[in-house]
Amino acid sequence: MALSDEDVREILRIIDESDLSELRIDTEGFSLHVVRGDHAPSAEPAPRPRQAPAVTREPEPESPSTDGLHTIPAPMLGTFYRAEAPGKAPFVEVGSRVEPDTIVCIIEVMKMMNSVPAGVAGTVAEILPDNAELVEYGQPLFRLQPA
Amino acid sequence: MNRIKRVFVANRGEIALRIVTACQELGLETVVGFSEADRDGLAARRADRAVCIGPAPAAQSYLREDLVVQAALGTGCDAIHPGYGFLSESPKLASRAREQGLTFVGPPAEVIELSGDKLRAREEAARAGVPVLPGREVASGAQARRAAEDIGFPVLVKAAGGGGGRGIKLARDADELDALLTLARSEAGAAFGDDRLYLERFVAFARHVEVQIAADEHGAVVHLGERDCSVQRRYQKVIEEAPAPGLEPPTRNALTDAAVAFARAIGYRNLGTVEFVLDADTGEHFFLEVNSRIQVEHPVTEAVTGRDLVALQLHIADGEPLAFAQEDVVFDGHAIECRLNAEDVAHGFMPTPGTLSLFSVPELLQLRVDTHLCPGSVIPPYYDSLMAKLIAHAEGRGAAIDVLLQALEDLDVEGVETNRMLLISILGHDDFHRGAVTTDWLERAIV
Repeated sequence: MALSDEDVREILRIIDESDLSELRIDTEGFSLHVVRGDHAPSAEPAPRPRQAPAVTREPEPESPSTDGLHTIPAPMLGTFYRAEAPGKAPFVEVGSRVEPDTIVCIIEVMKMMNSVPAGVAGTVAEILPDNAELVEYGQPLFRLQPA
Repeated sequence: MNRIKRVFVANRGEIALRIVTACQELGLETVVGFSEADRDGLAARRADRAVCIGPAPAAQSYLREDLVVQAALGTGCDAIHPGYGFLSESPKLASRAREQGLTFVGPPAEVIELSGDKLRAREEAARAGVPVLPGREVASGAQARRAAEDIGFPVLVKAAGGGGGRGIKLARDADELDALLTLARSEAGAAFGDDRLYLERFVAFARHVEVQIAADEHGAVVHLGERDCSVQRRYQKVIEEAPAPGLEPPTRNALTDAAVAFARAIGYRNLGTVEFVLDADTGEHFFLEVNSRIQVEHPVTEAVTGRDLVALQLHIADGEPLAFAQEDVVFDGHAIECRLNAEDVAHGFMPTPGTLSLFSVPELLQLRVDTHLCPGSVIPPYYDSLMAKLIAHAEGRGAAIDVLLQALEDLDVEGVETNRMLLISILGHDDFHRGAVTTDWLERAIV
C-alpha cells in the first residue's frame, strides 16, 4: 500500500484527536508504528519476538494506595508458587529489589507454569498469598515500594 | 449423597443460582466460579465460596476448562456442575474433570462427543430404529446436488458440528445450493472446527417437540415427558410448554419410546434431551439431535412432574440408582415458560445491556420465577441476554397462559429494554391460544 503525504497527515490528525499514545498497525505488506510525544518506539515494527504462550493480559493494577505501595495482581487463577520448584530458593523475598521483567512468582494452571513478572521496578514490601495457595484472577499477590 | 460433598458451579446467571439452590437443598456446599463481570452476582453471593476465574470475556473465563478444573481442585470441590451453554457440552471438561478425580455432573465425555457430532448422532438414531429425516453427508458440490435430488428441494444444509439452531442454511433449488455450499463449509470450519456438512429434508410446517430423559449409571432409562418449543425466532426458543398441546397419545408414546430407545442405544447417562421435528402436515416425527445437558426450559418439566431435575442430575452423578420407575412418573396440569430477555425487539433484537433501576416480578400463586437479577443488577454485554424465566403451572393451558399474562402485565422493569411486550403479544395471540403453532409462526405472524 502506498501512502501519500495527505494520508500521513490524515493519520496524524486522527491520532492527535484521540487519546492514544501509541498506534501499531500490521497487515500484509504494510506496517505502521506511530508514537506520540517524546517516547522512543518501544520495539522495531519488524519481526516481533514470539511470545511465550503463557503470557497473558494482566488485570489492571489496583490504583496506588495511600501508602504509596504498588500492588501486583494475579494475572490468572491458579496455584501460587514462590519458587521454580520445591526446595529451590524463592524468586523474591521481602526486601528484594525487582525490575519490571523480574519474575516474582509462578502460577500453575493444570500443569502449565506461568511466570509472573513484577511489571514495575521497586522493592518487595509484602508477599500476600501463602505458597501453593489457590489465587483468584486479580487477587493481590505482592506489594512493592516503587523505585 | 455419597461421594459428592462440595460442588463447583461452572456457570453464571439464573442457572448458576438454580444449581446453588438445588445443592443447598441437598445439603451440599457450593463454590461458584465467576468472571470479573459477575463479581456481584447473586449466585456468587449465595454460594459458600466464590472465586474469580478470569476476565469478563467468556473465552478467558467461562470457556476455559483448565481454569474451571484448577479452581474446583483448589477449592476442595469433588464435583463440577456445568449448567447449560459455556462448557456444558465440552467433552474436554468432562474428561479432564474425571482425570483429576472430580465428578462431572453430566454424561461421560464419549457420550457428549457423540451428541455434539450431529451427523453421527443421526446415524446412531437410525441404527436404533428412530426415524430420521431423509439426508446424508455431502463432501462435494456434485455429491450435494445428487443428495438434494434424492431428498427433493428445499433442503437444509447443516453443519455436523452445529446444533441448537446454529450452522443451518436453507437451499430452495440447485442454484441456491451451489451458491451457499462453499460459504457454509468455511463457516462451519471456522465456527465449530469441523467443516463436515450434511443435507436434510426441510419440513415446511414443523413443530419442535423434545423429550426429557434420565438415565442412571446402572442401566435404567426413563423419560419425563415432552416439551413443545415451537415458538422460536431464528431457531432460538422464546416460549416452551409441557405437555405439547394437541399431541395424540400414539404420537406422544412414539416420541417418548424413541427417545428412550436412542438413549439406551448410545449408553446415555444422566439427564438429556432428545429433540424431534414433528411434521404438522403429516404427523410424522423425526430425530433432530440430543442435548447432553440441563436445558434452559427444564422448569416446565419440573412443574408437571413435580421432580427437581437439577437434584436428579446430582443424585445420578453421585452413582445413585434412579429412585423411581417409568410408571411412577405422572403428569399434572400444564406448564408454560417464557424467557424475558434484555433485547430491543424493534431494532433487530439487539441485546440491551445496562443497569436495572427497577426490577420487580409479581408474586402469583401459580408462578415460578428463575432469575439472578434484582434492582441495581448490571446486565453485562459479554453474555446472553436472558434476564428471567417466568413459569406458570396451572390445571389447564388457558389458565397457565392467563397467569403468565398477568405476571408480564404486573412486571416492573426499568433501565433496560426488554422483550416483555413481544411475550405479551404471543401469549395473547389467537393462534397461540388455539394450540400448537409451528416454528415459522413467530416470525411470520408477529415479528
